[in-house]
Amino acid sequence: MLSVIVFSALAVIALASGIAVFRVDSMARATYALAVSFVAVGVMLLMFDLDYIGVITILMMVMEMAIMAIYMIMFMGMNPALMPMSMVHNKRWSAILAVGTFLLLAGGALLIPWAARTGSPAADLTASLGEAIMGSKMLVMLTVSPILFATIVAALVLANPRGRYDRWGDELNRPTPDDPQQGGLGR
Amino acid sequence: MNDIVEVNPGWALLAPVVLGLLALAGAALNGILVARAEGRSFRSGAVIPVLETARLMRQRRRTTVAADVLLWRIGCAGLVVTAVLKTAVIPVGPWVLADIPVGVVWFNTMDVFVWALVWLIGWGANSAHALVGGYRFLAQAVSYELPLMFALVTPAVAAHSLRVSDVVAAQQELWFIVWMPIAFVVFCLSVVAFSNWGPFATSASADIAGGILTEVSGVDRLLILAGRYALLTTGAAFAVALFFGGGAGPLLPGWLWTLVKTLLLLAAFVTLRHRLPAVRPERLAEVAWIIVLPAVLLQTLVVSIVVAVRG
Amino acid sequence: MTLQLVLIAAAALFCVGLYGALSQQVVVMVMMGLELMLNGVILAVAAFWWFLTPVPDGQVLLLVVITAMTVEMAMGFAVATLLHRSRGSDMTDSATDLAG
Repeated sequence: MLSVIVFSALAVIALASGIAVFRVDSMARATYALAVSFVAVGVMLLMFDLDYIGVITILMMVMEMAIMAIYMIMFMGMNPALMPMSMVHNKRWSAILAVGTFLLLAGGALLIPWAARTGSPAADLTASLGEAIMGSKMLVMLTVSPILFATIVAALVLANPRGRYDRWGDELNRPTPDDPQQGGLGR
Repeated sequence: MNDIVEVNPGWALLAPVVLGLLALAGAALNGILVARAEGRSFRSGAVIPVLETARLMRQRRRTTVAADVLLWRIGCAGLVVTAVLKTAVIPVGPWVLADIPVGVVWFNTMDVFVWALVWLIGWGANSAHALVGGYRFLAQAVSYELPLMFALVTPAVAAHSLRVSDVVAAQQELWFIVWMPIAFVVFCLSVVAFSNWGPFATSASADIAGGILTEVSGVDRLLILAGRYALLTTGAAFAVALFFGGGAGPLLPGWLWTLVKTLLLLAAFVTLRHRLPAVRPERLAEVAWIIVLPAVLLQTLVVSIVVAVRG
Repeated sequence: MTLQLVLIAAAALFCVGLYGALSQQVVVMVMMGLELMLNGVILAVAAFWWFLTPVPDGQVLLLVVITAMTVEMAMGFAVATLLHRSRGSDMTDSATDLAG
C-alpha cells in the first residue's frame, strides 16, 4: 500500500513537471522541469530494485539537462526575465493526437490480460546486469559502442565550424594553430 | 578490522552535524592560513568562519531586478543538500548509513547535481557576472567529469564491486593509494574542482566581481560557502574510503581513524588553495582531455589487468 | 503497485512528450519532447521487466534505451548548432530541405 502511495506521488511529480516543460515561460525553468521529471522516474526505477539503472538515469539526465539549458538559452535568446513565449504550430492536432495515443495505450494497459510473473529477480541485480552485458548479451554492447563512437564523430563533424585547414593554414604548415580559443597545451 | 555494517537510520541526524563540524574545521584552517599570510594572529584567523557565519545570518538579502527566485534559491540551498546526501554512503569506521550496492555511482550522481546547482546560482540572479561564473563552471565541469568517473571506477574494478563497503574491505592487505596513485590524484583534483575551490574556483573569482557569488548575500551566501566546504569534506571522506582503507589503522578505533584521515586530506585540499594559481576553464579542457583522461584510463587498464591476472 | 498503474503513468508521460514533440517549433524544444517520450518508455520497460519477467536480460534493454537518448541528444545538439549557424534560426518549419 505504501509503495502505491509513494509511486503515485512520484508519478504525479514526473507528470506535472513534464507538463510544466511546455507551459512555463522560462527556458531555464523548462529544462530543469524536465530534469525533475527524469529524477522522479529514476527514483521510480529504484523502487523496482533497479539500483544501477535508476541512479545512472538520474546522473545522466541531470548532466544532460545542465548542458541542455545552455543550448536552450543560446538558441532561443531568452533572458531570465521570464518572457512569455509561445512557439507552437498545429497545437490542436498535436493535442488530439497525444490524447488519442494516451487513450490507446492506457486502454491497452488496462484491457490486455497480462501474463503472470515468470522467474524471479537475481539477488544482486547490478552484478547480474554486468554478467549479462559481458556474457549472453555481449553483442548488444558490441553494437552500442561503435554507434556511440560514430555519434561522437558525426556530431563533431556537423557542429565544428573549423576544419584543420582553418587551423593549420592552406598548406597545413603553420607552427601553431590559429584558434579563437587557445587550448592549455600551447599547440 | 570488522566488516562494515549499516546502522539505524536514526543516526542520519548525526551525519550533518559531523559533516558540519569537519567543514567548520576546514573553514577555520582556511581562516588561519589567510590570517598568517596577512600577518595577523593565529586566533583571529581561526574565528573567521564563526564571525562570518554570524555576520551573514543577520545580513539582509539583496534583491535583483527580475531574478528567477525559485531557481536561485534551489541553487543556493542545493550544495549543502548534495553534500549531506553524499554522507549516506560514506563509511565512518565500521558504520555506514546506507550500504547501497551502487554507492560509488551514488557519489558520482551527487557531484553531477553540482553542475546544475552552480549554474542555477549563476542564472537566478539575472546578473551578467554571475551568469559568466555559472558558464565557467560548466565549461570546467565537462573537463573534470570524465577523468573523475574513471578515477571512481578504478577502485571499484579492483574491489569487484560498486558497493563502498566492498571497496574498503578489498584494501585490507594493501591500500589502493599504493597501486592507484594516478586515480587518487585525479580524484582529489576533481574533488577540488567540483567544490569550486582553489585553482578551480574561477567561477567565483575576483576578475568577474565574484562570479556566482556576486549577487548572493545573507543566508544564501552562507549556504553556498558552507556547501563548498561540505563538498570538500565529503570528497576527502570518500577518498579515505576509496584509497586509504577506510577506518583501517593501528591502536585507535576505526571511526577515529576515518575522521583523522579525512581531516588530514581536507587540510591538504584547503592548503592547496594558497599554493596554486587559478586554472582557466578553457585552458583546462585540452589538458584534461589529452593528458589526464588517457593517463587515468591507463591506470584503469593496469588495475584491470592486475585484477584479471590475479583472478 | 500494479503493472497497470505503472503503464498508465508511463503512457501519460509518453503522450505529454508526444504533444511537445509535435507542437513545438524550436529544435531544442522538440528534443525535450522526445526526451520525455523516452522517459515514458524507460518507465514502461522497467515495469514490464519487473512485473512480467525479471531476468537480467531485461535490464540490457533499459541500457539500450538510455543509449538511444544519448545519441538523440548528441545528434540533436549538433544539428541544431549547424542549423543555427547556417540559417540563423533553429525553427523546424524553416528546415524543409528534405520535404517532398
